[in-house]
Amino acid sequence: MELFKHLPLFPESASTVAGKVDAIYFFGIFLSAFFSLLIAVLVVAFAVKFRRRHPDAYGVPEKTSTPLELTWSIIPLLISLFLFGWGVKVFIEVNQAPSNAIEYTAVGKQWMWKFKHPEGNREINDLHVPMGTPIRMKMTSEDVIHSFFIPAFRIKRDVLPGRYSEVWFEATKPGVYHLFCAEFCGAEHSRMIGSVHVMEPAAYEAWLQGKEPGQTAVASGEELFKSLACITCHRGDAGSRGPILANLDGGEVELANGQVVKSDDAYLRESILNPRAKIVKGYEPLMPSYQGQVTEEQILSLIRYLKEINQKVADAGDATPAAETQTAANEG
Amino acid sequence: MSEATSTGYPEENYLTQGSTLKSWLLTTDHKRIGVLYLLTISVFFLLGGLFAAGIRLELATPQGDLVQPETYNRMFTMHGILMIFFFLIPSIPATLGNFLIPLQIGAKDVAFPRLNLASWYIFVIGGCFTLWALVSGGVDTGWTFYTPFSTLFSNSHVLPAALGVFITGFSSILTGLNFIVTIHRMRAPGLTWFKLPLFIWSHYATSLIQVLGTPVVAITIVLVAFERVFHLGIFDPSVGGDPVLFQHLFWFYSHPAVYIMILPGMGVISEVVATFSRKRIFGYKFMAFAVLAIAVLGFFVWGHHMFVSTQSVYAGTVFSVLTMLVAIPSAVKVFNWTATMYNGAVSWDTPMLYAIGFIGLFTIGGLTGVMLGTMGIDIHVHDTYFVVAHFHYVMVGGAIMAFLAGIHYWWPKIAGKTYPVFWSKLAALIVFIGFNLTFFPQFLLGYMGMPRRYHAYPEEFQVLNVLSSAGATVLGVGYLLPVIYLTYSFFFGARCAQNPWGAVGLEWETTSPPPTLNFDEIPTVTGEVYDYSPKKEAQVV
Amino acid sequence: MSSSHAHAPGLAHHFDSYEQQRQSASLGMWLFVAQEIMFFGGLFTAYLIYRLMNPVVFAVASSELEIKWGALNTGVLILSSLTMALAVRMAQLGKRKAIVGFLCLTLLLGLTFVGVKAIEYTNKWHHHLVPGEHFSFHLSPTEIGALQSHGIDVSDPAQAYYVQSRAEMFFSLYFAMTGLHALHMLIGIGLILYILRPAWKGRFNLDNHNFVEGFGLYWHFVDIVWIFLFPLLYLLGRHLPHA
Repeated sequence: MELFKHLPLFPESASTVAGKVDAIYFFGIFLSAFFSLLIAVLVVAFAVKFRRRHPDAYGVPEKTSTPLELTWSIIPLLISLFLFGWGVKVFIEVNQAPSNAIEYTAVGKQWMWKFKHPEGNREINDLHVPMGTPIRMKMTSEDVIHSFFIPAFRIKRDVLPGRYSEVWFEATKPGVYHLFCAEFCGAEHSRMIGSVHVMEPAAYEAWLQGKEPGQTAVASGEELFKSLACITCHRGDAGSRGPILANLDGGEVELANGQVVKSDDAYLRESILNPRAKIVKGYEPLMPSYQGQVTEEQILSLIRYLKEINQKVADAGDATPAAETQTAANEG
Repeated sequence: MSEATSTGYPEENYLTQGSTLKSWLLTTDHKRIGVLYLLTISVFFLLGGLFAAGIRLELATPQGDLVQPETYNRMFTMHGILMIFFFLIPSIPATLGNFLIPLQIGAKDVAFPRLNLASWYIFVIGGCFTLWALVSGGVDTGWTFYTPFSTLFSNSHVLPAALGVFITGFSSILTGLNFIVTIHRMRAPGLTWFKLPLFIWSHYATSLIQVLGTPVVAITIVLVAFERVFHLGIFDPSVGGDPVLFQHLFWFYSHPAVYIMILPGMGVISEVVATFSRKRIFGYKFMAFAVLAIAVLGFFVWGHHMFVSTQSVYAGTVFSVLTMLVAIPSAVKVFNWTATMYNGAVSWDTPMLYAIGFIGLFTIGGLTGVMLGTMGIDIHVHDTYFVVAHFHYVMVGGAIMAFLAGIHYWWPKIAGKTYPVFWSKLAALIVFIGFNLTFFPQFLLGYMGMPRRYHAYPEEFQVLNVLSSAGATVLGVGYLLPVIYLTYSFFFGARCAQNPWGAVGLEWETTSPPPTLNFDEIPTVTGEVYDYSPKKEAQVV
Repeated sequence: MSSSHAHAPGLAHHFDSYEQQRQSASLGMWLFVAQEIMFFGGLFTAYLIYRLMNPVVFAVASSELEIKWGALNTGVLILSSLTMALAVRMAQLGKRKAIVGFLCLTLLLGLTFVGVKAIEYTNKWHHHLVPGEHFSFHLSPTEIGALQSHGIDVSDPAQAYYVQSRAEMFFSLYFAMTGLHALHMLIGIGLILYILRPAWKGRFNLDNHNFVEGFGLYWHFVDIVWIFLFPLLYLLGRHLPHA
């Protein structure tokens, strides 16, 4: 593989999953090359060896051999099933983020990528990340379908309007790598290119320090929470008009109609844009919609903050009777 | 090709039955309709080829400095639409299929001759709408028309292009319907199912896909058009529509459509390999069931186009394993062609050269297809040039090589003329070399990460792109040669013998070219299919 | 075109027998119906998916459809299938006047269907239920109550938008599906007019009735599509606003 590094034939491998994708790719290439060459050699050899030597020559007729047919059906079947199983394994590994992954956000629009670091820094088309840290990219689109593709990391995921998709990576080698939009998205599709700057952790810290830090997602979420006056209803005490915002990072919420839903990104997004779609048990449907009042990036910050809130309430230990009821409901 | 003999050329044949424009435009003779299709699709092929040339010219340099991005996007979209809907899908079925199916089953015509002519007119009308889209400024959605780009964001002429594809779809449906009924109901006495040539079997399987798959894409395209014009919002996420549903409906047809393009090619290759090896196809029944298996399985694998589209991992897994199953009948076909050559009497005539090229290139195309069906590989190469290279190996290295093999094999039957042997073999060689030079570098580009549909690209991809563009030039020459010498041959070529290849099959038991009603007397079939033996030869001569 | 069968009236030159011609026509027509099923199938799939995604709004929106007209049309079409089947039978028997009579009855019923559909469409237009800029879904108090009981409060702008957009989606699909069906009815009516003349001239008999039979198959297919459309669009979940 050293050989490839100086030829323009092979991409850089710079993530923890790159080696896994490369391994199955090389196996696929090996299979393809083996069978293609086998067939090519046989076909050419037969064309030469059995070439027609006399204008009236005929081939030697043969009976179909069922064992032979079964052999060359079953062997490819077993090989391709093996490849299938391996492929599923790699696919799941590439898609399942480790639990300690740090969340970044990306919003795609014609024709740029907008990023936000957990520390609050914003970037457009450039993305600085520390090496050796698993990073989870939560993504959505403001317009058409895009696709987030970093060849050096061997990852790709479509980015859709109106919903969230996720991809994760852990960079293993400092350097600057391409970020491409892989799904055709209009006139400047081929200019929707970014650069991923992988830095040593210390260098990344220095880079962060050198930048105007900007607000973290949690901080800007908190600020929005105040400026949009969410806090007037979601006070977090017993008399609160809005539900206690606790346990929202993957916890369960019991609704007025008895249904229990999981609090995930889609639920929180809906609760901001269309709050009365799901009413928490014990509360009145009072909250207005924030559709059109917040951008996709602000929604991402709010969701981030809402997931944090939980911890603060719990840490402070001021669980109100209402909150206890809800916790009990969750446990039950 | 052997010289014309005294036993040969009929003074009365389907070509001499009227030479006026009207006699062609109002014909219901399947042979003349086949020729009409051949001319029409050649025009679309040349147009689509021009756009390909434009694409390769632009990509010779990384900066995107030849045309505006909007122009480039229109070029690859028109290339895709013209080549897929107006060349590849009708290529073999509508020309060779039309010409040969009644001849091979000993019928006077297809079951519905007027419907057959209507199909051609529908095809031409659909083509006109697409050309309207073209001359009024083009379309920039890609041939896939993905929503919400095609419905809400594109400023180009989506509507006429969509209409063109919609209308042409019905030409394809009606042709498929006609063939199925013809094969069921019009076979000569004694011609049972397992005496049918594999060309017929593959067209039967193809027709099933045409009839059952095409309507789905037709209605999907109607919904896209309605959404664009009346803002219906079926695929618009802001009013609760789902753009991914469009992808499901689109690929439900468009994946099987790949088999509409390649299965008839497999039929041609089976005929050519048998004839030029002078040997019965090895594993005939397995070959017949293999095409049916591919057609049926082909309906259940569409989700492999959507592994990274946020489709669930479970759905992806099911689509992936079903995709693997398609590899089995495909492998069976390749192994059986190879086994047919073993112990054969293999001639190196032009059709056989194309067939040998087909077997090699289709094998590469098929195996890289298995790689793409592997989820762990697809996650990286999806929407890159690896995919572009893969489907060109199947569509160009496969379908077009087979088309050229078939045209050369049955040219004496269609035109009653010989073509220049040297030039035809040279063209086959040039096509093979040009093809590999064009598309092999694209596999490497794909794994390096070059996304498809890119007007400009980072500099490190240039070396391979220049190679590819150079190959395209060679390939272009390879395709122009047959156009020139076959046209020459049609008008000025020497008359050929009735059966210059010593082939068996009912189509060779009538004159070349055949009379309007194909046979002076409908033959009764007693022997086996592909019955190549010296004894048979004695009867024919 | 010369043919040894030139003497056989109604037998095309490329067929050997009436039997072969009849079987070809019949198989061709069945295949045509198969492609029609796939054509409508795409729409039905879209409808079922969106119905499952928005069950309450779709149910409320469907209660805007006029069930009386829908039921009447269902009856009309079922009756027309009977008259069509009788026309085919008469063609097989070669009863000239009876064929024309039953075809005319079928035509009348077909026109009735289209007329009723036109009334329904006009009413939808007046009620602003045609998707587009003028679309506006007015909710009755019972409908508001029904939505409320399923946790949808239309006094909230976001919820109101949700109801409006999904109701518009319902009517988009309603017009697409019934419109496509009505188009098939119009084509059928055109075809009846087209075969009335040869029927009157006595062209159809035991050997030669493919056209009537094939057309009958088409007519029954269009009826059956309606038999699916009526419950899916008009009846399903209709109780909801009245519960």
